[in-house]
Amino acid sequence: EAGPGSLSRCLAYLTSFPSPSVWQDQAEQLFKSGHTNNWAVLVCTSRFWFNYRHVANTLSVYRSVKRLGIPDSHIVLMLADDMACNPRNPKPATVFSHKNMELNVYGDDVEVDYRSYEVTVENFLRVLTGRVPPSAPRSKRLLSDDRSNVLIYMTGHGGNGFLKFQDSEEITNVELADAFEQMWQKRRYHEMLFIIDTCQGASMYERFYSPNVMALASSQVGEDSLSHQPDLAIGVHLMDRYTFYVLEFLEEIHPASQANMNDLFQVCPKSLCVSTPGHRTDLFQRNPQNVLITDFFGSVRKVELTTETVSLKPDLSSMGYRYLYLTLFLNNWVASGE
Amino acid sequence: MGLLLDSHRRRALARLLLRLNTPLCVVSYLAGVFWFLGLAFSPLTQNTYISENAMGSTMVEEQFEGGEHALNFARDFTAQRRKTGSLPVAWLERTMRSVGLEVYSQSFSRTLPFPDETHERYMVSGTNVYGILRAPRAASTESLVLVVPSSPETLNAQAVGLLLSLAAYFRSQIYWAKDIIFLVTEHDLLGTEAWLEAYHDVNITGMQSSALQGRAGAIQAAVALELNSDVVTSLDVAVEGLNGQLPNLDLLNLFHAFCQKEALLCTLQGKLQHSDWASLGGSLHGLQTLMLMVLRQASGRPHGPHGLFLRYHVEAITLRGINSFRQYKYDMTAVGKTLEGMFRKLNNLLERLHQSYFFYLLPSLSRFVSIGLYMPAIGFLLFIPGLKALELWVKLNKADFGPEEQLGPNHSLVQPFGQDARGVALTPLVAPVLISQATGLALYLLPVMGQHVAAQHFPVAEAEAVVLTLLAIYVAGLALPHSTHRVVSSTPRGPDSGWMALKLVALLYLAIQLGCISLFNFSLGFLLAVTMVPAAALTQPSGPRFLYAVLLVLVSPGATLLGSLFLWRELQEAPLTLAEGWQLFLSALAQGVLDHHLYGALLFPLLSLGLYPCWLLFWNVLFWK
Repeated sequence: EAGPGSLSRCLAYLTSFPSPSVWQDQAEQLFKSGHTNNWAVLVCTSRFWFNYRHVANTLSVYRSVKRLGIPDSHIVLMLADDMACNPRNPKPATVFSHKNMELNVYGDDVEVDYRSYEVTVENFLRVLTGRVPPSAPRSKRLLSDDRSNVLIYMTGHGGNGFLKFQDSEEITNVELADAFEQMWQKRRYHEMLFIIDTCQGASMYERFYSPNVMALASSQVGEDSLSHQPDLAIGVHLMDRYTFYVLEFLEEIHPASQANMNDLFQVCPKSLCVSTPGHRTDLFQRNPQNVLITDFFGSVRKVELTTETVSLKPDLSSMGYRYLYLTLFLNNWVASGE
Repeated sequence: MGLLLDSHRRRALARLLLRLNTPLCVVSYLAGVFWFLGLAFSPLTQNTYISENAMGSTMVEEQFEGGEHALNFARDFTAQRRKTGSLPVAWLERTMRSVGLEVYSQSFSRTLPFPDETHERYMVSGTNVYGILRAPRAASTESLVLVVPSSPETLNAQAVGLLLSLAAYFRSQIYWAKDIIFLVTEHDLLGTEAWLEAYHDVNITGMQSSALQGRAGAIQAAVALELNSDVVTSLDVAVEGLNGQLPNLDLLNLFHAFCQKEALLCTLQGKLQHSDWASLGGSLHGLQTLMLMVLRQASGRPHGPHGLFLRYHVEAITLRGINSFRQYKYDMTAVGKTLEGMFRKLNNLLERLHQSYFFYLLPSLSRFVSIGLYMPAIGFLLFIPGLKALELWVKLNKADFGPEEQLGPNHSLVQPFGQDARGVALTPLVAPVLISQATGLALYLLPVMGQHVAAQHFPVAEAEAVVLTLLAIYVAGLALPHSTHRVVSSTPRGPDSGWMALKLVALLYLAIQLGCISLFNFSLGFLLAVTMVPAAALTQPSGPRFLYAVLLVLVSPGATLLGSLFLWRELQEAPLTLAEGWQLFLSALAQGVLDHHLYGALLFPLLSLGLYPCWLLFWNVLFWK
């Protein structure tokens, strides 16, 4: 519905700018993505020191989405173990993603929402479906609505059709698909991007059946996802290959970047990753070519100043009924003068 | 009717059994022996690998550079030791404190059951000194131990120096998740046992030790170090522990992985690794190493301080530095780096080592034989007493004859007293069994109890008195059959049934004993089986009695011990002359009795209370009248 945010955006568009036709394109583009806010749920499911790389994976994605604009209040970060303060860490309060300590993804403003033993299948599903107890604080809730683009990143140890949580339980691909369907029926997302970096990760998105879900995985069924960056000083592998190259790709993205999903699909080919990354776009309504990386990884508030008036043409086929109403209303409003 | 209920079929089966028995036994024995010899060859061995995921590979950066520091400590230690004449406790405490550890000491004392000639000690008292490095950011719930045994004969000064230097280096690191205990014991194994008993709050060997003031959590793993030279040419690892218990194979795999990483020369049983395992020469070399391990494991002695840790479920190995005439030498820094790497990897452990094998045999450092592959060897051998017992049972029950047949006027099936001539009469057996067991008990108790009496009446020292009493009782047992027969009543069931019943019982007794022994100490079980089983199976009062007697004496437990000593030295390429061998045998007997009293080694009670009575039963069978 036409809230204050969208109204101000429309107002911003109505100030002057040289060429109305260019502005019409840009205005159309504003409504193309259809989302108004971004959420991220980042989950690391493994504990123990030798699974350092899974925490580093999750923190790398956390770092990227924060850098691109999603605030902590819109990120649910679940880390199953504490690597930064593990007694075995020779560099306490740091989690490195590149060997020789090039990049500390732990930083000094990490907010972990679900930590240690709170990362369970039940808590994860409660976060997704919104069935948290009344006492759960705001930071532990996914308060998304039907205009939210949700990024879900999961990493850990997995197999064909399951992902292991904390060495004691598993979530299956069927459960995950059903949780996403619950989210769709409760209108808890507009579009969703699901990324998984585990062995045989592609099996986790096989069962999705809800609309507007795009999925990426680091390896196909029957393949292992390999680790990367062995660091001798710390004594463990620091990252997994797929997320390492995704991080390198994301480091090039800035909030105004026009890179789209097809570029993300090309990250980490078999020559670098050894496993074959896969993706699934059949449930997604838009063409991945038109989906910006920042639609999911960033929280973009685009502000353009114009001095020209813009008449927005209703386009029933692409915009949908709601936008028709808004544009008609605005046209009337502009035409009636201030 | 069922196969076994029908008397005709039963008779046929029984006859088949009797006909095939000897060939089956021979085939089974040969199968067992060849299976054992084939353990060093490729289909039965596997390459070693680290099973514990938490330890991972050797991915660690060793930065220890304190080799010179270690040698300085070693020189100081030697000087201080010469000054005080025993372990320089005050100097050790001071040095450990200066390095930054929490230092405690523990005194212990033990009066040996009889004087120990090899180490020349009788009333032993000493002090252990240990320092604890607390993990900087973890609760002290788990710990690792680095132990250096120091005794008057082997000072291990360089090992003490390396321990102190490593302690100084480890103290400045922040990545320890477990406490590390640096322990220096006096009178090597006795001190280690005293410390372990006090640490775990038990008293199983009668050691008097003072309580420990400081503890550090459950011990996950321990490494014992013995170095007596400034440079080493190789590091030898010992795994066999008390009663043949072995540490988890992962600890050995870890050591081997670091040997390869640091390019150190590491040996097992003092033998270098053969370069080509697929060839015949390589496999024979592996067989030699395997035989040495079997002999050491069978002896049940703790071949280093690590052997005493195993009883408390602490995985441990002993590393010995060897300085031979090879050209390439490694300094203390190289050894220190290996230890640093091992401890850093053990630091990563989350649980006790349990992923890899606890029962294995090692043809080399990089190859092992697991229990599933070596057990069939003893299975084949124990099949033979079972077969023989079955044959005797059949003969005693006369199951190969039908109820209608008569055996002749002298062998009627129904005896004059109305008793059935079939079956096993057990009452006549009670006497030989009791007497044999009593002799075994005498063999176990009398030598130590009667040493003072013997020393008074004969011009020998206590230790010699013990050994000579042992031998005397052992040989006296050979004269038993002549006296046993006065006690045994006449058997009403036929002339042969007496000795056959006794042999049946003896065979079952032997099979059960050897089976139980081989479960926890395969080497001991196999060694005894391979010698005793054929002689036991062959023994009977008829036939070439003198030959059987010689064979039986040759396979008696004492003779097996003598033989294995010769074999052991032969495999080590240092063969013994007869006189040397006899001396070694006598000292081995004394050591065996001492080990039992001091550490709870089971070889002496097993042989004296279990196998010797069993052997005496066969001796009785042989001389049955």
